[in-house]
Amino acid sequence: MNMTTPSAMPRVPAQETDALPEHETPWQEFLRIYKKDRLALGGFYVLIALLVLALGGKMLTEWWVVFDPETVRLPDKFLPPLAVPSEAVAGTDQPFGGVYLFGTDELGRDVFARMFQGSFVSLSVGFVAIGISLVVGIVLGGLSGYYGQVRLGIMTVDTLIMRFTDAMMCFPTFFLILTAVALLPPSIYTIMFIIGLTSWMGTARFVRAEFLALREQDFVMAAQALGLPEARIIFRHMVPNALAPVFVSATIGVATAILTESALSFLGFGVPPPYATWGNILSDGKGFIFDAPWLFFIPGIAIFVVVLAFNLVGEGLREALNPKLRRR
Amino acid sequence: MWSFILRNILQRLVLLIIVSFMAHSIIHLAPGEPSEVDPMNPRMKPEDIAKIRAAFHLDDPLHLQYYYWIRDLATGELKSFKDSQPVLPKIWDRFLNSLPLFVLATLLVWTWAFPTGIYGAVHRGSGYDRFTIFLAYALISIPGFFLSYLVILWVAGWLGVPVIGIKTFGMDQAQPIYRIMDRVWHLVIPSLMSALGGIAILSRYVRSQMLEVLGQDYVRTARAKGLEEDTVVYRHVLGNALLPFVTMFGLLLPGLIGGSVIFEQIFAWPGLGRLGYEAILSRDFPIIMTLNFIAAVLTLAGTFLSDILYAVVDPRIRLQ
Repeated sequence: MNMTTPSAMPRVPAQETDALPEHETPWQEFLRIYKKDRLALGGFYVLIALLVLALGGKMLTEWWVVFDPETVRLPDKFLPPLAVPSEAVAGTDQPFGGVYLFGTDELGRDVFARMFQGSFVSLSVGFVAIGISLVVGIVLGGLSGYYGQVRLGIMTVDTLIMRFTDAMMCFPTFFLILTAVALLPPSIYTIMFIIGLTSWMGTARFVRAEFLALREQDFVMAAQALGLPEARIIFRHMVPNALAPVFVSATIGVATAILTESALSFLGFGVPPPYATWGNILSDGKGFIFDAPWLFFIPGIAIFVVVLAFNLVGEGLREALNPKLRRR
Repeated sequence: MWSFILRNILQRLVLLIIVSFMAHSIIHLAPGEPSEVDPMNPRMKPEDIAKIRAAFHLDDPLHLQYYYWIRDLATGELKSFKDSQPVLPKIWDRFLNSLPLFVLATLLVWTWAFPTGIYGAVHRGSGYDRFTIFLAYALISIPGFFLSYLVILWVAGWLGVPVIGIKTFGMDQAQPIYRIMDRVWHLVIPSLMSALGGIAILSRYVRSQMLEVLGQDYVRTARAKGLEEDTVVYRHVLGNALLPFVTMFGLLLPGLIGGSVIFEQIFAWPGLGRLGYEAILSRDFPIIMTLNFIAAVLTLAGTFLSDILYAVVDPRIRLQ
């Protein structure tokens, strides 16, 4: 018997491993539950595909002339999907693959190229808006949860921040967004900021509630007893533990932001040209619904699929992250 | 109890003042101005613009403008910038137009969402359950105006249901019965469209509430003692599961203004949402501010009502 072979390493007795439940890290447990939800998994794959598409769309439309979404070809306007360009179109203006995959619009622009570019713009509107709302929500919620008892003059920090949150929640959100977007100069950044600054209230309340609960937990007490700096306690120990519900609402929030952007486009306050977004392709297309239905249906269905994917992923995350549902 | 109510009302009044302040400053701090709506008009001389600005108090400091707004609002003297009509009667007229839409949509939401959600929870995992869940996600995810256009194209064209406006033009001389039926038909599609999102969201809430209660120990006890499944579901579970929804009656109120802009615009419905949209287009500050203010009042009244209702129906809640 050779004592140096790995097989001879001391082993855990068989009966002990049988008695222990299989060890699972929280991450593995999360994956196992998430994967069981087939709708959410499908949504996740759609989002991955979309991300690739959006990044690819950004690069190709910038650098490669056959994808230029702004090439105007007047002889070729209102061509249906899969149509071949007419001879009047110069060789350099030819669309990708010599065919209009999604047809052309009223100026003869290639709808496929526009949708391709729009995927990046629409997604970045959603992500930036939700990023802003997350930052504002986490900072205000965290301040109010951690430093809530500090007094500023006549009221505590908590009172101040939460009354402000309540006041913001009193406004009808869409009407407020519409008012602000209409009064401020039209720009894609305005829209991102306005959507972000009107949707942080839920996050702030979540984070505050989590912080209030976390402050009393032993590991935070231990960190305080060790004399760690407050910033480290907050950002290293508390924020990661408070983020689970925030992630869920952020995922669903991106979906809502994309829908809001398309609704603003419908009312004429969407992202201004030269940017193509799915929302403004759709709302431009509604004028040609009888002559060129593809201008209306392609962006409409694209928005529907993507928003659906975000919602399904959000719900899947909620199921997988919620310990209360998990026990059932 | 009474002291709770009193304190609650006081808090809400303070909040209302903050909100009115914010509604005012958001609009006045933004760069767009009523005097700039038509900058290309050659007949607008600088002195005309100055006259307009003076008439609307636009040159005064912000706190004075705020004071004028509140004073005029309280005395009912507030006038629209656009046509100098008093604001409150204008809003009231539009409110009366919005009301039937709102009432019918709410009725549709409540009568559809509850049976759908309850049935889905009781038959959890069945084909019906999975279908309705997916349908609910789909309804939430589709842009409202996209779906409305599809419905207008196919249903309205095919069934001949009128969809534009609140009534058919030139029906004033018709028999009352035709006039009423005309109004009712105009109401059907817009209210259905604005109800769909609500049905999807609410039925999912109902379903998860039902599942929550179905998993409780006392339900197992009820089953263990041999009660029939129907008795368990309808006598023991339903009441407890639906309790939180009582509070939703209160939260519905603010939907009157905010929820309707898109749908009123699609269906050319002359309601509150559209009034707000038109006011935004023409920089009609008094209307925008007053609408925001009224929406805030409705929200505060709604949450107050729901707190009280909750305490009334749920004996476990003590107000203090």
